Amino acid sequence: MKIAFTTSSGSDLNAPLSSRFGRAPGFLVYDLESGIFEMVDNRQNLEAAQGAGVQAAEAVVRSGAKALVTGHCGPKAFRVLRAAGVEIYNTDAPTVAAALELYRAGKLTPAAGADVEGHWA
Amino acid sequence: MKRGRMILAVASGKGGTGKTTVSLNLARALREAVYLLDCDVEEPNAHLFLNGSTIKEERVAIPVPQVDESLCDGCGECGRFCEYHAIVSFGTVPLIFPEMCHGCGGCARVCPRGAIGEVARSIGVVETLQAGSITLIQGRLDVGAAMAPPLVRAVRARLPQGVSAILDAPPGTSCPVVAAVSGADLVVLVTEPTPFGLHDLVLAVDTVRELGIPFGVVVNRVGIGDDRVHAYCRDQGIPVLLEIPDDRRIAEAYSRGELIVDALPEYAGLFTSLIDKTLRAPVHEKPARGAGGARMPQAGNAP
Repeated sequence: MKIAFTTSSGSDLNAPLSSRFGRAPGFLVYDLESGIFEMVDNRQNLEAAQGAGVQAAEAVVRSGAKALVTGHCGPKAFRVLRAAGVEIYNTDAPTVAAALELYRAGKLTPAAGADVEGHWA
Repeated sequence: MKRGRMILAVASGKGGTGKTTVSLNLARALREAVYLLDCDVEEPNAHLFLNGSTIKEERVAIPVPQVDESLCDGCGECGRFCEYHAIVSFGTVPLIFPEMCHGCGGCARVCPRGAIGEVARSIGVVETLQAGSITLIQGRLDVGAAMAPPLVRAVRARLPQGVSAILDAPPGTSCPVVAAVSGADLVVLVTEPTPFGLHDLVLAVDTVRELGIPFGVVVNRVGIGDDRVHAYCRDQGIPVLLEIPDDRRIAEAYSRGELIVDALPEYAGLFTSLIDKTLRAPVHEKPARGAGGARMPQAGNAP
């Protein structure tokens, strides 16, 4: 299974986990079975006036990820991700590696809903 | 002199340069029946200066998609078509985000199964007010609605055929501005002689040139800042149609909701001269869209 993590910079597992989802600069999509990961660029969304969450959610779904680990997730993105069967996990872990560790240890629980409003920060 | 219909749009790059001040004082100084269209639907303010009485109020809605789930096979064509991601499908019945929909109707057209119909989503109101010789038509976008252009077009559509009008455009150079000034015969760009004023004037000039509409500049608060706006206009061959001095009494009158031509009659001549150069200017041929050959009666609009 693949997991998408929001990243604010960097291109490996030490990348900081972005607290934002729709306007995260990128995603690291990690394959739990093989340990192989790829980077998905999301920078085109940084300047979007509207619709960043929906477009980011579409990008995560297209990547084949079935889980998303992020700082926060707004309502439109949440709807799209859940409609596509993607589980959302919120964490304040500092890096992708730390968040992955929490996920593997079963310490993250799937979010029941969006945890912030759209355009929250 | 016999005149044809004239649609004069008052726009600016920078906000707060005096678009509404110029629009209102032109309308008042005209001293004949005129339509004033407040196209700044996100924050219409011309009405504050007119004490008009509302004679009509109409709700404006845009069509947004509604899916018949029994017909949808989840092909996703609608989501691939929508530039604004207002409809999203992953091989399932699509999700719809009405607040992001521009009402173009494209998703319904491309749906191979005819599963998408349209329902009305209210975005605001168009109000018509009468204040003496001025008929004010203004749009008022609903709180939370983000789609200004359809409401701007609704305001424009309320203007009767064949009558002259002054359009008070929103600030900036984005879609609501283009919706407001498109089809105007002449654009007046209001600016102030500051670096910010110049920066945004240049953007506004680029926009109006792209639209192929003749234009001139009004410099407000002359006396502050520097002379770079004037130098720019000179270099570009853009006519400066009017200079309004930086006079504290103008700001004081504004703060009381009074028009310059009423409160400070010594300045009334400024606006009658602007009327002579715009609304009452000899009719010039309407340029072809994007032709780039647009010319003011004087020099203007050379690239």
